[in-house]
Amino acid sequence: MKILTGNDLKTGAVVWWDGGSWSLHVEDAVDAGEHADVILATETAACRVNGGYAIDAAPDADGKVRPAHIKDRIRAYGPTVRPDLSLKPADPNAGNWVI
Amino acid sequence: MYKYDQYDQAMVDARVEDFRDQTRRRIEGHMTDDQFKPLRLKNGLYLQLHAYMLRIAIPYGTLNPTQMRKLAHIARTYDRGYGHFTTRQNLQFHWIKLEQAPDILAELAMVEMHCIQTSGESIRNISADHYAGAAADEIMDPRPWAETLRQMTTFHPEFSYLPRKFKICVIAAEEDRAAMRWHDFGLRIVKNDAGEVGFEVYPGGGMGRTPFIAYKARDFVPQHQIFSYLQAVLRVWNREARRDNIHKQRMKILVHELGEEEFTRQVEEEFQNILTLDTDFPQAEYERIAAYFTPPPFETGLPDAVDRSDPDFAVWLDRQTVAHKAPGYAIVNISLKPIGGVGGDITAEQMEVVADLAERYSFEELRVAHTQNLVLPHVRKQDLYAVWQALTEASLADVNLDLVTDIIACPGLDYCTLANARSLPVAEQIAKRFADLDRQLDLGELKIKISGCINACGHHHAGHIGILGVDRKGTENYQLLLGGSGAEDVAQAKITGPGFDEAGIVDAVERAIERYRELREPGERFIDTYRRVGFDSFKEAIYG
Repeated sequence: MKILTGNDLKTGAVVWWDGGSWSLHVEDAVDAGEHADVILATETAACRVNGGYAIDAAPDADGKVRPAHIKDRIRAYGPTVRPDLSLKPADPNAGNWVI
Repeated sequence: MYKYDQYDQAMVDARVEDFRDQTRRRIEGHMTDDQFKPLRLKNGLYLQLHAYMLRIAIPYGTLNPTQMRKLAHIARTYDRGYGHFTTRQNLQFHWIKLEQAPDILAELAMVEMHCIQTSGESIRNISADHYAGAAADEIMDPRPWAETLRQMTTFHPEFSYLPRKFKICVIAAEEDRAAMRWHDFGLRIVKNDAGEVGFEVYPGGGMGRTPFIAYKARDFVPQHQIFSYLQAVLRVWNREARRDNIHKQRMKILVHELGEEEFTRQVEEEFQNILTLDTDFPQAEYERIAAYFTPPPFETGLPDAVDRSDPDFAVWLDRQTVAHKAPGYAIVNISLKPIGGVGGDITAEQMEVVADLAERYSFEELRVAHTQNLVLPHVRKQDLYAVWQALTEASLADVNLDLVTDIIACPGLDYCTLANARSLPVAEQIAKRFADLDRQLDLGELKIKISGCINACGHHHAGHIGILGVDRKGTENYQLLLGGSGAEDVAQAKITGPGFDEAGIVDAVERAIERYRELREPGERFIDTYRRVGFDSFKEAIYG
């Protein structure tokens, strides 16, 4: 599947296209399929996303969206050396998803 | 340290307001990212993996307590409570919001700080020996020259659209503590036989994907002609650079392609022309700047003896302090490399502790080392115990200066969009493997440097042991290098062979170190044994 990601223009936060807007959580990402370029062009022009791009992803063992490349998994999770700053600071195993 | 005059302050304030307007226009959609990107980069604002990153210039690594407290305030108010010191003596905040960036620049301007020269194709923040003004072995304080060159080059139209970035380093001692010969333009202040001050000049160095060590182009450039010489070097580069290929635009490539002799010939020709124009700065202007670096009023008659009855203090004292030029004083190195922590990171609270210590014990001076540690440059020996106690309380009293756990590492794939692999976890794992202090002290000086990509921000080419993270079909892979140095015995490290995964690279490092332990002769450092025994023995130890 192809999912879309970028950064929020004002905050720089990593965001994922959920089919109607941009979510902070990669689990919300949907397959953009053949519409990826159109969505990115529209959202970029409207300043709703900055530096958007499409990436490959696939469902993990739990059926949740997992980006194919480690760089995008780190973007989704946060710095692996600072789990306290990740989106799941209370989950000690969350970092395993990255690797 | 240098103080802004009304012109400096007006320039920096105007720059803040320019950026505030540019940011507003971007957020309101009047500018595309392509249009805005070069503007934000000229103000040190990058877009990194998780957010915007702001890189703040710390000219020649010198800070005062007010500035450090401001950084703490910014960390707490606009970021996530911490900052990261870099290998160019700068500080980065990794969680910045675009909409708040102009306010941060305004806060910085209040304490005579900015983000100019931290990005783009410009002359970058000029680095210097972090012991400047304090070192027992220096000819003079190199910072007045670093500041003079900074002022002469900032916003200079001829240097605003260079082929690529350009890095200058100034030192004034035989011992090179600033990796001077890994710069585009390295300067060592020397005295000639007549006792006159001038510069040994080393152009053409740099790390990155194509590393070169700077060569000596001149034994002596008189001090009042150094700006003309720098102009000559930049003009030759500006004229001849390969602007068609981003990977060949750095000056080191031009030096390599022309050859040292031809490059020097062209520079000398240009230098002689420039000298006729009398464009060097007036001596009075240099003296105005140098006056800001007058040594602090060191007390005389202070005791040199230090009470070593506390054994933990004695261990710290022996490793973390070095000789000062003034009797009764010492230079204190503050490690930012805690075992299990992130090298170069410092919390807002720790920044405030260090600021307090500088204010109380070090004539209001602080330094940032390119090794991502901090320095209190002027501490009375009789105050060292109190300083150590305060550092201990703030978890800043680690003992590892220049030891195996004092690892330089770039932010890597944990933060950086350019990176291919993570650096920080590898540094953390190596530090944990060698955490035992007795083992570290037994191994002695051993410099490990880790980069998460070929841009080499972690100085892997200059590591006694270097590690380069690469992307191998979507997974992290680490190449091991041996034999580099950023010191006066400068050398480029050599890749040993096939790479390793994260666990494998830690084991490989340990095998190389164990080979050193087996083969070393009394007094030999790792790099000495490597040079005596040779590459093959270490390679055999690593790969079997």
